[in-house]
Amino acid sequence: MASDNQVVMDTESGVEDGVRRRDFIHIAALSFTGVGAAAVALPLVGQMGASADVLAQASIEVDVASIETGQAIKTMWRKQPVFIRNLTPAEIADASKVAVGTLRDPQSLADRTKPGKENWLVTLGVCTHLGCVPLGAASGEVKGEFGGYFCPCHGSHYDTAGRIRKGPAPLNLVVPEFAFLSDTLVKIG
Amino acid sequence: MVRLGAFLIGLFMAGWLMVSAGVTVFEMITEPAVETAEHKFHKHPKAVSFKHDGPFGKYDTAQLQRGYKVYAEVCAACHSLNQIAFRNLAEIGYNEDEVKAIAKAAQVPSINADTGEPATRPGIATDKLPSPYANETAARAANNNALPPDLSLMTKARHNGPAYVYSLLTGYQKVPADLPKENRPGQGLHYNPYFANLNIAMAAPLADGQVTFDDGSKNDLKSMAKDVSAFLTWTAEPKMTQRKATGWAALIFLIIFTGLTFLSYRQIWAGQKH
Amino acid sequence: MSVAWANEYKPQHPLMQWMDERLPIPRLMYNAIGGGYEVPRNFNWFYNFGVLAGVALMVQIITGIVLAMHYNSSIDGAFNSVEHIMRNVNGGWFLRYAHMNGASFFFIVVYIHIFRGLYYGSYKAPREMVWLLGVTIFLLMMATGFMGYVLPWGQMSFWGAQVITGFFSAIPVVGEPLRQWILGGFAPDQAALTRFFSLHYLLPFVILGVIILHVWALHIPGSGNPTGVPVKTKEDTLPFHPYYTSKDGVGLGVYLIAFVAVTFFAPNMLGHPDNYIVANPLSTPAHIVPEWYYWPFYAILRAFTVDFLFIPAKLLGVLAMFGSIALLFFLPWLDTSPVRSGNYRPLFKKFFWFGLVPSIVILGYCGVMPAEGIYILMSQIAAAYYFAHFLIILPIISRIEKTLPLPDSITEAVTGKPVLAVA
Repeated sequence: MASDNQVVMDTESGVEDGVRRRDFIHIAALSFTGVGAAAVALPLVGQMGASADVLAQASIEVDVASIETGQAIKTMWRKQPVFIRNLTPAEIADASKVAVGTLRDPQSLADRTKPGKENWLVTLGVCTHLGCVPLGAASGEVKGEFGGYFCPCHGSHYDTAGRIRKGPAPLNLVVPEFAFLSDTLVKIG
Repeated sequence: MVRLGAFLIGLFMAGWLMVSAGVTVFEMITEPAVETAEHKFHKHPKAVSFKHDGPFGKYDTAQLQRGYKVYAEVCAACHSLNQIAFRNLAEIGYNEDEVKAIAKAAQVPSINADTGEPATRPGIATDKLPSPYANETAARAANNNALPPDLSLMTKARHNGPAYVYSLLTGYQKVPADLPKENRPGQGLHYNPYFANLNIAMAAPLADGQVTFDDGSKNDLKSMAKDVSAFLTWTAEPKMTQRKATGWAALIFLIIFTGLTFLSYRQIWAGQKH
Repeated sequence: MSVAWANEYKPQHPLMQWMDERLPIPRLMYNAIGGGYEVPRNFNWFYNFGVLAGVALMVQIITGIVLAMHYNSSIDGAFNSVEHIMRNVNGGWFLRYAHMNGASFFFIVVYIHIFRGLYYGSYKAPREMVWLLGVTIFLLMMATGFMGYVLPWGQMSFWGAQVITGFFSAIPVVGEPLRQWILGGFAPDQAALTRFFSLHYLLPFVILGVIILHVWALHIPGSGNPTGVPVKTKEDTLPFHPYYTSKDGVGLGVYLIAFVAVTFFAPNMLGHPDNYIVANPLSTPAHIVPEWYYWPFYAILRAFTVDFLFIPAKLLGVLAMFGSIALLFFLPWLDTSPVRSGNYRPLFKKFFWFGLVPSIVILGYCGVMPAEGIYILMSQIAAAYYFAHFLIILPIISRIEKTLPLPDSITEAVTGKPVLAVA
């Protein structure tokens, strides 16, 4: 558009150097105003992003040495509950014998754990239906029909691999990015 | 009416102020102000220069690390640094593992998971540096009723802060012979002319050779005082280097902008007398 | 707008025509700051400061809104939330320093704007309403600035709030209850901090509203000018755009250079170190000083040291301090000289430059110095002059002064040639 105007103006006012130079200065001054305004907008927009202290907590390290077989803990990661569960051999066997193809969200236990550490199930404690916190991590809580987790809000049942088996939830409990830094130290995030 | 009222009010205001001025003069003659010992003996901070001074100055991370070591080994016994988290130490050049190790070596307050009693645990990078005392009462009890202030913002909380900290640390000296009796340091106080009321509860905290630096940097009193002042400048103003860099970019941009608008203005006004 | 030959807004593009018939905001802008506003051609650079004040307010509103997204108005959290902004929020240090120094720059600009008005007689008929609204804006700014300074909850915040609200307790009978009502308690505390935050957020928008009235009132008679001679012919004026938009652009650039230089290279120069110490009701700073823009008024407050009959000195000081601003409301009726511009008033000019300006500078200096001996004396003499200047000297000189001959028109003043009367 600007170039169209330029042509029109040049032909109208005769192609004098002075005219073009004058226009150039006005355009340059206006462009600088625009660039300056945009540069000022950057921090105004950027300030709403996660601040340094929040980002610093984006990954946490959890010592799992004290979780005995069959127990689970709840911890907080990115302001959300995380369940870390030390599966018993029976629970592992339970989870492994299910035919993956028959599941609503087909995943095997191995897909959801680290090789050699299949007994450590790390999942978000957020039901994939509407975001309630399922029961089953703390001792004495209902674990649902499949021995894993049970969401009391709308009755979703998760098995010992945290996979959805019954109820309205569409997906398995989310496994966050995690890694073993040592035999007992898990880094989440 | 307005002017008559104003005249009367003005006459009263100005008149009474001049009467008050007369009283002030009378008092200045009859009770001349005596220079207090605080005023006479107090000294302004020494002239000291840092690499981060001036519009181009940048923090010297090696110096900040030495300053941190002085803080950790000496100051931290009494002074907190409660705006600083271990993770912030990455900004002065420690790598991730070093930060983790420093944090782990510190004990931060926590709660015993079984009993609910106050307890401690090894720190992690996101923890704030722990305070040496649980609360103000504990701090005062341990320090002859004096409260060691938090140092995070100390260099911004005093006029000419970095020089003030340096001068205070190196300013302990013998009590001058002509210091009036009531200004002499009492029990548990120490004479330091750089401190506002001359007598400070903190004993001289640093002495030559007290801290040893891994790289063999000088560890006399003055060098260490300078290093820790630089470190405390960083704790108070961690974004200084970034601030100055942004400032230069903004200034250069604005100078060009102003030049262009000035040319544009001249073009527009050409031929208009005004 | 106010003159017969002003350009009329004629939208070319069909969309703009469509808009003009339904919600004529472009027409409003054109008539306010565009080619439709005919402005005297002889403005000097002091006439830039009105627009700059508007820019300064917008900087404060924009940075303030984003800072409020991170600020925590609790007495335990306020100080740390400001440090959180300085350390953790993306670009937070810039936003906070810009807001903090932006307040000072707003006052610098407004003070120059006020002095320009005082010197060129901008308060005189037919522009009294512009002046009255301007003084109102100034009062609102002072209230907003004070409450903003309390928000970081540092030592000066707390003790400033203590001292300023203490003014009200000087009022007989209702003073102490009034003070408690303002604070919501017996001393500055949570209730005061929360309401100051609320009002500090609200008042800038009130200021914005009064500014719109201020500009509206200005556009009825049209702008004044350095000669004080009214606009008579088309030759006397130029359309605001592009002439004064380009000139304001240059002024804006220079202003921003100064603002950026302070904000990025000496951000704490205009602040007080004690405000980096968290508020402590048990320990008073050695010298409580307000922000620099209140120093002259603070000096007037402290200049009254002697009781007058049954009126205590403290009350006199408070009355005088408020009175020193309130008298500005009466200025259009105190200075009755028909000549507006100080350029053509030799006597006025002398009192302005050698009386008023030095007295305010001295008051400002005394306001930051300790209230003792020579500084009290200086502030007493300067304050006496300040009141005398407005209440006694101005009314008298406007009667006795022999003014210089005025040019017949702005054009004559500019070109130096008399304009031939066109029959």
